[in-house]
Amino acid sequence: MKDVLTLHVNGDALEVGVPAHATLLETLRYTCGFTGSKQGCDKGDCGACTVLLDGEPFLSCIMPVYEALGHEITTVEGLAEGRYPHPLQDAFDLCGAAQCGFCTPGILCSAYALLLRNTNPGRAEIQQALSGNLCRCTGYTKIFEAVEVAAEALRRGRDPRDVVAERYALAFPSRSMQPASPRDREDGDADA
Amino acid sequence: MRSEDLFPLQEATADPPEALRGLATDGRRVIGGRNRRTDGFRKSSGKEVYTDDITFPGMLHGKILRSTVPHAKIRSIDPARALELPGVYDVITGRDMPTPYGIIPWTPDEHALALERVRFVGDAVACVAAVDEETALAALDLIDVVYEPLPHYLDPEEALAHPEHPIHEPRRPGQNGNILKRVQLEFGPVDERMREADVVVEGEYLFHGTTHAPIEPHCAIGRMNQNGLLEVWSATQVPHYLQREIARVLGLDVAKVRVVQPAVGGAFGGKSEPFDLEFCVALLAIRTGRPVKILYTREEVFYSHRGRHPMRMKYRVGASQDGRILAVDATTLLDGGAYASFGLVTTYYSGQLLTAPYEIESYRFDSTRVYTNKAPCGPKRGHGSVQPRFAFEISLDKVAERLKMDPIEFRRRVFMGTGRTVNEFRVQSNGFLECLDAVEKASDWKIKHRRMEYGRGIGVAGSCYISGTNYPIYPNPMPQAAVQVQVERSGRVTVLHGASEIGQGSDSTMAYIACEELGVPLDYVRVFSADTDLVPVDLGAYSSRETVMVGNACLMACRELGNKVRTSVARLWDVEPSRVRLAGGWAFDGQDPSCAERRLPIPQAFQWAEAEHGTLGAVGHYNTPKEGVHGEYRGGTIGASPAYSFTAHVAEVEVDPDTGFVDVKTIWVAHDCGRALNPVLVEGQIEGSAYMGYAEAIFEEQAFKRGEHGEALHDGPSLLDYRIPTSLDCPEFVPLIVESDDPEGPYGAKEAGEGPLHPSLPAIANAIHDAIGIRLDSLPFTPQRVWRALRAAEAAKRSQEVA
Ligand code: FES
Ligand code: FES
Repeated sequence: MKDVLTLHVNGDALEVGVPAHATLLETLRYTCGFTGSKQGCDKGDCGACTVLLDGEPFLSCIMPVYEALGHEITTVEGLAEGRYPHPLQDAFDLCGAAQCGFCTPGILCSAYALLLRNTNPGRAEIQQALSGNLCRCTGYTKIFEAVEVAAEALRRGRDPRDVVAERYALAFPSRSMQPASPRDREDGDADA
Repeated sequence: MRSEDLFPLQEATADPPEALRGLATDGRRVIGGRNRRTDGFRKSSGKEVYTDDITFPGMLHGKILRSTVPHAKIRSIDPARALELPGVYDVITGRDMPTPYGIIPWTPDEHALALERVRFVGDAVACVAAVDEETALAALDLIDVVYEPLPHYLDPEEALAHPEHPIHEPRRPGQNGNILKRVQLEFGPVDERMREADVVVEGEYLFHGTTHAPIEPHCAIGRMNQNGLLEVWSATQVPHYLQREIARVLGLDVAKVRVVQPAVGGAFGGKSEPFDLEFCVALLAIRTGRPVKILYTREEVFYSHRGRHPMRMKYRVGASQDGRILAVDATTLLDGGAYASFGLVTTYYSGQLLTAPYEIESYRFDSTRVYTNKAPCGPKRGHGSVQPRFAFEISLDKVAERLKMDPIEFRRRVFMGTGRTVNEFRVQSNGFLECLDAVEKASDWKIKHRRMEYGRGIGVAGSCYISGTNYPIYPNPMPQAAVQVQVERSGRVTVLHGASEIGQGSDSTMAYIACEELGVPLDYVRVFSADTDLVPVDLGAYSSRETVMVGNACLMACRELGNKVRTSVARLWDVEPSRVRLAGGWAFDGQDPSCAERRLPIPQAFQWAEAEHGTLGAVGHYNTPKEGVHGEYRGGTIGASPAYSFTAHVAEVEVDPDTGFVDVKTIWVAHDCGRALNPVLVEGQIEGSAYMGYAEAIFEEQAFKRGEHGEALHDGPSLLDYRIPTSLDCPEFVPLIVESDDPEGPYGAKEAGEGPLHPSLPAIANAIHDAIGIRLDSLPFTPQRVWRALRAAEAAKRSQEVA
């Protein structure tokens, strides 16, 4: 038996048919096709399935899909600003914060929620905000760095590339390197 | 950090003289730069495709029935009731795939599904394909299995003592079927040198088992095509071996099996051999004609294991008063679990990989790998050598203490440099001294060691690791790595290679090499890897082999193409080809600093070359040097590598004497990676390795229950019970890159993904000793263990005072 529900995912209202006991993660991944959110344990231990409900992080693997009704759900696929990546996403790429990348969607959601509240978090606050997301590859160092870079970019209205360049005292990074960012619009070279 | 290495990739549209400023002088422009990964944005946008992200129309779901007993004969399996359940398409058992397999061709002791016997709780018994996961799960309950229990052994000493109940049939009559392998090797007169020693340190060390725990569980999909091609998508790090083994076990033509490795969500050695699910999806897809997917539960990941072997190690180290290591004598018992896996190699590695970076004047080891009725052990990051390194580096600390020498100074004294190790491996570059200098300086060692208050301490350790193995797993004279590169008139370069991208960045590394050699920007390069239908054979991501082996193959192909482009452009300009340089999206005259006269956007350069030479493509391959790189004794090839990496760690800890809680504050890691092709990736590998070692030292243990709480069950097969460090638990990791330019590596590069793990554990142990004066020779350093050691030391002190 399947029920037809309306879920609000990444700004769209989606009609989905799911069994009553489906979790939000199963529904997002296998019914809606938002495979960005990952399943690492399916029991609330790893955080790979973290998504945002009205801007707050939740573990979608242990959330019955019914509980998500009436809330605005955001997955990693919904973080970008149109064709441009969110500064967090760009910072993760620039800083090497994603190795295998399997924890990344969940970590991005937790970090996004943190930056919604606070664009000037200290290390300890970042550690706290990400403590529900296990990463097995990075030792977290580069993840913390990336969140700091994104926070600084947001705070100062700067491009994450310039923040990274400053941090490493680089004549870097090239504009031609993907992806483009909103700042390119001002520079007038992105749409060329 | 050298500033010229940080020069960015250039845009082809920029004003040439501006863009090319600095390029006309010699120097690499991409290699060594802090560049993006080729897959970084795919990963941070959720677009990356992992195996479980793939679905096919009509796809069935498989579930594996697993043994509930540690050792038993299977008297019968009856799937009849399961087959009657609506939605069940098929049930297969061991009889359907009776050919044994194993990643090491000499020890094939596994079956895709148990044939007559189960050997550990979790051994695969039968597999169901059903319309959905729930139906498949329900069907598992309807398969009737009758077991006839056999004696089981969870402790390797017990298994050794009971050859009358072998876990596997002895390979030769009269052998103990509970021993997979024993290796005894001696280099130099150990007993004699030990007698000459001024100081002899003896110790017994216990390394608990640990597992990889990648965040992505294993997953595989099988699909049969009408034309007889079997396709398997799998979260594997060895697509080539998997293709071979699937064909062998299922009796198929290898050419009609395609293995595709989608993005892998972490592996660390835990996906480096074929697993039951891959054979099952293949056979079920053939039998049902439908695509079939199996995704492991987290419990299954723990039971599939193949993680770090528990080892009991006895070490005797003899040194002279002036600080030379005269003799090392090691006896090691490896607890292998139920199957061989890579165990034959592990047994060798437990002795063979210890012999650098120090000059060891004589060395003997005796290693025995024993079967037990537990989840099989295998290769985990730093395969076979993390455990002996733990024992040895603590031993060295004890020796330095007895000699009243600073432990860093002692390690400098025994540094081997380059040349031959005692077991005859050839070391051509060795940056270990620079590593020691770097961690000593960064950690303020001199003002901290033995100078901090009680409860705070600092410790050092060193290590060495291989950059690839000298011989493939199955003996053959063909290339160990191969790459195909295409250059197209738009300026696009395509690299097809077989290396397995498992997060370490091998795809990106190949792209950097192509950029460096062909002068294109990074986003002009497309990389396709690890699809056996598309790419030439590579053996996979293990033994830290990708950068050196696949990198060299890629370099060879790109250089051939670069030469073609340069000759064509040189002809056009009527100059010597050596003057033509390709960089930053341009071909230009290297002897014209202003680049005003002769320059061409790279697509035009490619077009001239295509016009002259025809369609542009090249293949490159790599085979390890075979002459003079290892000894000629039996086993001398195992552990031999084209190049060796070196690492030094300093760890700083704070120990709470009341609770036994060890707080690791900082780990400084200096790693000699030969040449950092991208420092961001190298730092990431260093940090991730040090993290994993730290986790094994303080948190993790792959343990099995005894007695009434569920004999032989995993102690806690979840990421809640098997505690891996969170963002709140980690110390600060400080990566320090040392470059030594190995002559065998591409641009001098060696490995960075496994070596930096090793010293974490002994450095922490040595730091704990500096903090509280207690030697901990057994892992992990949980509060209970530390607290007990503290209380025991106090009791000993009291009884001494009384006496
Ligand atoms: S998959 Fe949800 S917490 Fe692990
Ligand atoms: S990047 Fe692999 S788990 Fe975090």
